[in-house]
Amino acid sequence: MRKARLSQEGVVFALAVLLFAAFAVTLNNFLTTGNLIALVRSVSILGILGLGMGLVVIGRGIDLAMVATMVVSLSWVLSMTQGGMPLGTALLFGLALALAIGLMNGILIAYADIPAIFTTLAMGLVAYGAGRAFLFQIDVQNTPAGIAWFDFLGQGSVFGLPMPIVAFAVLAALMALLLLRTRFGRFVYAAGDNALAARITGIPLRPLIVAQYVVSALIAFLAGLVMAAAVSGMSTRLYNSTMIYDVLLVVVLGGISLSGGRGGVRNILVGTLLVGVLLNGMTILDITYTTQNLIKSLILLLAIMVDSFINPRDEQTSQQAQGDI
Amino acid sequence: MASNDSLSDRLAFLRSRLFPDHVVGEIMSKRWIDNAIPFTALVLTIIVLGSIIPDFLSLSSLSDFSRQFAEFGLVVLALTIVMISGGIDLSVAAVFSLAVLFSLIGVNVYELPVPAVLVGILGLGMVCGALNGVLIGYLRLRAFLTTLVSLIIFRSIYEIVFVKMSTAIMSGFSDSDLWLFIGEGSILGVPVSLVITLVIALAWHIVLSRMRPGWRLTAVGGARRSAFNAGIDVRLMVFSTYVASSMMCALAGFLFAARLGSTGSDTGVGLEVQALTAAVLGGTAIGGGRGSVAKAIIGSLLVLLLTNGLINLGISGPITSTILGAVLILAVFIDMRWQKHRHRILAKIYVSPTYLDLPPAPAIDAPGSPYALNDRLRSVEIIGLGEIEGPEDVILDRQDNLYCGTRHGDIVRFFGPDHKRSEIFAHIGGHPLGMAFDRDDNLLVCIGGMGLFQVAPDKTVTKLTDETNRSWTSIVDDSRLRLADDVDIAPDGRVYFSEATIRYEQEDWATDALESRASGRMICYDPKTGRTHTEIPKLVFANGVAMCPDGQSFMFAESWTCSISRYYFDGPKKGTIEKVIDNLPGYPDNINRASDGNYWMALLGMRGPALDLALKMPGFRKRMARRVAPDQWLYPNINTGCVVKFNEKGEILDSLWDLGGLNHPMITSMREHRGWLYLGGVSNNRIGRYRLPDADPNWCAQDAYWGAKP
Repeated sequence: MRKARLSQEGVVFALAVLLFAAFAVTLNNFLTTGNLIALVRSVSILGILGLGMGLVVIGRGIDLAMVATMVVSLSWVLSMTQGGMPLGTALLFGLALALAIGLMNGILIAYADIPAIFTTLAMGLVAYGAGRAFLFQIDVQNTPAGIAWFDFLGQGSVFGLPMPIVAFAVLAALMALLLLRTRFGRFVYAAGDNALAARITGIPLRPLIVAQYVVSALIAFLAGLVMAAAVSGMSTRLYNSTMIYDVLLVVVLGGISLSGGRGGVRNILVGTLLVGVLLNGMTILDITYTTQNLIKSLILLLAIMVDSFINPRDEQTSQQAQGDI
Repeated sequence: MASNDSLSDRLAFLRSRLFPDHVVGEIMSKRWIDNAIPFTALVLTIIVLGSIIPDFLSLSSLSDFSRQFAEFGLVVLALTIVMISGGIDLSVAAVFSLAVLFSLIGVNVYELPVPAVLVGILGLGMVCGALNGVLIGYLRLRAFLTTLVSLIIFRSIYEIVFVKMSTAIMSGFSDSDLWLFIGEGSILGVPVSLVITLVIALAWHIVLSRMRPGWRLTAVGGARRSAFNAGIDVRLMVFSTYVASSMMCALAGFLFAARLGSTGSDTGVGLEVQALTAAVLGGTAIGGGRGSVAKAIIGSLLVLLLTNGLINLGISGPITSTILGAVLILAVFIDMRWQKHRHRILAKIYVSPTYLDLPPAPAIDAPGSPYALNDRLRSVEIIGLGEIEGPEDVILDRQDNLYCGTRHGDIVRFFGPDHKRSEIFAHIGGHPLGMAFDRDDNLLVCIGGMGLFQVAPDKTVTKLTDETNRSWTSIVDDSRLRLADDVDIAPDGRVYFSEATIRYEQEDWATDALESRASGRMICYDPKTGRTHTEIPKLVFANGVAMCPDGQSFMFAESWTCSISRYYFDGPKKGTIEKVIDNLPGYPDNINRASDGNYWMALLGMRGPALDLALKMPGFRKRMARRVAPDQWLYPNINTGCVVKFNEKGEILDSLWDLGGLNHPMITSMREHRGWLYLGGVSNNRIGRYRLPDADPNWCAQDAYWGAKP
């Protein structure tokens, strides 16, 4: 199994390198420092979201509400600062909102036994709808001007690397620590591998599930923060885009099996790299947004197929009360 | 009931007779109960919305509503079909919008004939569905994710084509009458699209509830592995559900295009969540195996009414979607809880004990009692030890061969006269209980859970009957035979057999003892007409049957009332029941004739004061059934039993015991044959043979009843 997993990661990495080489040869502006930094920068948000999604998927769940959490909490924060509230206080409120959404997801999934995929899909709808109705009115919220640390987070750079990339790197390192060096991380792997066995062993399965969704909501909030700083605003239309599927693409392409219990931060890095190269190449090639979606979803389909071959599941026995999800 | 009872007994008696609390459990165990909650929700929604929104139920809005329902209902039905098979199809909305777009391109831009467009659209649906079907059915990908991705693929295609064709669609125009008719016409006042949807819904209803493909579909969803093991082509079934689903969505899109004649960038966006909400709200299980057309219709009406009502009330789009999302979570939550706890709830409320006042039991250890204890059955000869399990009844033919049923569904024959060798005489499948030979030496057998069967001397098995007339007042379907128990045959060939209870299957017979409710009956099968009817309804665990020598009556036992009665089916007393014994010390089982004109009867267990008292306390037994695990319940004492002989007047003449319970702890049947008494027991692994000291050594039941044969 270990060999097979490595090979998928390897294949994806090779594919990324191949694609990179192909773009480098065929596209004029591809292999410039400016473009390369833009490339990584453009996918760093996706990568950060992928970290949260990866954690939940390793625990054999899925969080389709991440983009909604990000959009709603940050839009509310920006909307409040425009109303005159200090950014710090507003951020605290936004963080609380994001954590509340994650908590709600976790409780519904862990204690009410509602399949994760339904819960988070519906929770995305609820959060976004409620946000649009009660928390903010306009589509695009602008960031407040003149807050130094916030501007630095978006526009600054460390050792020549733009801050979003640094943020991605820091969060990835933290996530790797969390997964590999803490009890929580080991429990997540155990629960993802075999939830029932984990429970019998004495792992507090339900609180563990809740914690996963809270962490993924926290990461969604942080991703939103970086994004708002980087593009000086937050567009609520993001929720209606296919962004959540891009996040899923990062995770599944990177080789984290949807069956849970496998994969790690390295897979997310590889997945982010491939998606980044792909998106950047397609943008330079001037492929329209909708066509890009088509191509991305075809690749995602291919990735899921490869995943089901490499991590096969017994279709007869994997059937549960929750249905074929 | 006795006249000297206390007031509280009298109240308990009235309470248990006046309030039919067994009905609640019987209603809850009906299949249609799944629909009751969604249906109530639907009625409530109509009442509430109808009262706060003026003109909500007016005819003009009804016509538009019914067209919307035609399209939406079709999509929900499509999703339901996939969900019944254990999958899920999120691409319904994307296929729908693709169909809308290409219908308009075909009709408005290229001005193709409408039937050709319809065929093309259905073909488009088939291709989309085949893509999903191959990926999920044959490549075994996850349904939810796969259809989520195909949703984006189809949607991207829609957006790419829409941008290029939108102006052409706007400027185009179709003057086809057929197109107009589909969009706006009606047949007998019913909109065309609604007619189409209703016809499809009816067809699916018949397929799902009455035809093999539908049953297979449900089987695949209910238990995939079992379906596979049963020989169903699971992959093909899954594949076809996706094809069918996408084709129905394509048709819905076609109808939508004909109605509106235009499409926008948001056509079909979010439709999959609405359809999913509708399907789950209607009661279709997410895990598959449960769902119906009725559920789909109820669910889609609910969601459509709700969304239309919210729009009418002027509630903004975001709030509507919030409400829909919350409703989806709530519906899935209820569905999950219901699936998880349904059996437990049902098990708790189904058992419904009633009041039963038994006369005091005769003292079996008093001197001079006819039931005086003895140990005569301890030293019986043993036949077939360990070879058989559960010989509830035994019978011997004219050639001294011994027959008995076993738990494994066989009838075993031990060859006379020594009964050392045996063979499987017939395999029927259910546990054979009471047996009787008819005039032509055919063996008639009651099979628990199956009905009345006949085994000819050449071993051919024939089903005589497995149903009787349905009584109108019964909530459980009492036309099916659940627990046919003992059988005897009148001289003219009519077969009388008892059914112990209509409320429990054979393995739960002891729970019926806890209820002590009159849910058994006596049934008559007439071989001349082939018809079966219920002769005596409402008996308390009807058990043994034995014909009387007069040829117009029979003795029958009711186990839980500890009584023997005589029923006249012919002659001057036709239709009357006479109590013969009403205070047995134990629970009577099979009754058979003895060589001296009297009757043998087995007592399968003995009464005890605790249970006798509990029988007068239905509330106590109900609490026990709810709160205590079944293996801790108060049951009849079936660890000790005996055989008694009684005469037509109801006098006990003799009794045979095995006190230590060494050989025959539980005796359910006995047959006298040529001076021996053969003993069977439903939980024994042997047959006993007891030498009757002063019985006729040449008496054979068949010769005595039907006349000797050469």
